[in-house]
Amino acid sequence: MNRLKHPLVLGSALAVLAVTAALAAGPDIGAVTKAATNWPAIGMFGFFVLLTLGITYKAAKGTKSAADFYAAGGGISAGTNSLAIAGDYMSAASFLGISGLVYTSGFDGLIYSTGFLVGWPIVLFLIAERLRNLGKFTFADVASFRLDQTSIRIISAVGTLVVVAFYLIAQMVGAGKLIQLLFGLPYLYAVIIVGVLMIVYVAFGGMKATTWVQVIKACLLLGGATFMAGAVLYKYGFNPETLFAAAVATHPKGDAIMAPGGLVSNPIEAISLGVGLMFGTAGLPHILMRFFTVSDAQAARKSVFYATGLIGYFYILTFIIGFGGIALLMSDPSYFKLGPAGAFDKLKDMVGGTNMVAVNLANAVGGPYFLGFISAVAFATILAVVAGLTLAGASAVSHDLYAQVIARGRVNEAAEVRLSKLAAVGIGIVAIYLGYVFENQNVAFMVGLAFSVAASCNFPVLTMSILWKGTTTWGALVGGLVGLIAAVGMVVLSKAVWVTTFGNPVAIFPYDNPALFSMPLAFATIWIVSKLDKSRRAERERAAFEAQFVRSETGIGADGAHAH
Amino acid sequence: MSTSTSGPGGRPVPAAPRLGGTVLGSADDKVARSPIFRQLVEERTRFGWILTGLMLAVYFGFIGLIAFDKSLLAVKIGSGTASLGLLLGVLVILFAFILTGIYVQRANGRYDDLTAALKRDLGR
Repeated sequence: MNRLKHPLVLGSALAVLAVTAALAAGPDIGAVTKAATNWPAIGMFGFFVLLTLGITYKAAKGTKSAADFYAAGGGISAGTNSLAIAGDYMSAASFLGISGLVYTSGFDGLIYSTGFLVGWPIVLFLIAERLRNLGKFTFADVASFRLDQTSIRIISAVGTLVVVAFYLIAQMVGAGKLIQLLFGLPYLYAVIIVGVLMIVYVAFGGMKATTWVQVIKACLLLGGATFMAGAVLYKYGFNPETLFAAAVATHPKGDAIMAPGGLVSNPIEAISLGVGLMFGTAGLPHILMRFFTVSDAQAARKSVFYATGLIGYFYILTFIIGFGGIALLMSDPSYFKLGPAGAFDKLKDMVGGTNMVAVNLANAVGGPYFLGFISAVAFATILAVVAGLTLAGASAVSHDLYAQVIARGRVNEAAEVRLSKLAAVGIGIVAIYLGYVFENQNVAFMVGLAFSVAASCNFPVLTMSILWKGTTTWGALVGGLVGLIAAVGMVVLSKAVWVTTFGNPVAIFPYDNPALFSMPLAFATIWIVSKLDKSRRAERERAAFEAQFVRSETGIGADGAHAH
Repeated sequence: MSTSTSGPGGRPVPAAPRLGGTVLGSADDKVARSPIFRQLVEERTRFGWILTGLMLAVYFGFIGLIAFDKSLLAVKIGSGTASLGLLLGVLVILFAFILTGIYVQRANGRYDDLTAALKRDLGR
């Protein structure tokens, strides 16, 4: 373990790993640092990497055409796809972040869980099947179906890349910190490992490897979380009431954790957060891509149904895990950094930070091997999610920007796929660099920003082009751009960036979440500009709606979009 | 899953407007005029929007309570620890799942039947 260069982090990681011994020895962390092998975690993670590299190798041999690379040849079944969708959604941020949020604030964690989930029915009712019927590889295929290829590809690709960039930075920084903590690896190494592995998955294995990595991780994560929640409930006789009572008795906020608290203090803020979470889901490019990997609209709709169930189940588990953390960890000093005279703040002093609740709880209920397992799963989770993001970004570069905008559709398939692989390598390198640069920045707002941009640019452009006959190229282009600029601008002027990062005294935009304002603005702009658009192109585009409509509703003409 | 032979599907993107505008134009007209098509679209669109409205109402109702009536959500239920808010939160999650289930059930039956009838009707 001579590579460990961060004594503090090492200390925390060791302490986490040593807790079982500490339980036996009493709250004396110093005496038990010897038990500190994180080899189980490293071993299990190594196994995961080998397995996924094997899958990537196999997938690479079968990945020849563009349809293979972008959409796994359309051969993913509904069940498999639902696991992949759920996996894309169950990021380390939602697993560790929401259980940590429940731990500190109780009920307020549910606001995020519900918000993340309720976007799915909307995706199903309005988008999923039509997307599958119209599209090929990216959501820009759909948005530009009857509109001008160049303009719509550009706005869609920009929207995609902005979402991918912010999401990716947040994941990379999170990955670096987490791995530093769990494995004791230096931050930079951790970021490089994540970056290199994601490049390998995407560049060699394309969508097939990316999907299977995601599916395996989803199974591991669901299995691990189920075991953990089960173990917590077992300790309380499978009676949630008993668990809640124990949590209320232990938590410094007492009974307040059972009701809405201060997390969302302002009504407008609460609703804006809800809008962003709900409609952002319907505009995340790496998730929209998953609808092109199944064979038909029926499989697309089934995947959403199963995925909604899996994700809902997962959020209920994280809620139980958060409460289990309160009940089982809070009164045990061995999980905390102790101040003078053994004093500690139950909410702030947890070893490794509050986001480590799920990890610490793994140790409390399952011992060091289970801790190793959960740590490995957390690492795998980040890997799988960044791989999906990278593929979405690479597709936007090669399929939308290069093939359609620069080469004007005159490009051979092999060249496009080759460029996509290069783009994946490029995005990976940029992600490693940004992950390194942003190490000590506050990146917590970036996932929220990604959702806001998805809700304010991608989602309006996509839905308006599918659902409203009157949408024209100018309308979609200007509206998407307005939504994008508004969402980014409002976040930059909000407290999280303007005050916390730039050090200005007062935020210019009063809310943390812009979606309530930026999304309607985008829709209104698309509508107004389309209405005002009297060009001949606009006439043609309105006239072309019928053909699009027939195909989007029935799938007639969509056959052959994929090799089966 | 199948290693796909890069068939016609492998070709780069269809320049969609070309495809829709001229080549398939008459076929699309024929579909669009079909009574089965109109019935399918009308039923499914209405059903989709009704369910969307329900989901929005339930979710923003929940968020509205969080925003405007925190004390109601703090009301105790059951044997006295769990709160109404907690129950409602879990119900929102269940509701979302059930709603997607209802849609899929209907789509797999009614809408797929209509689509199949439409395709038969068109001789495809």
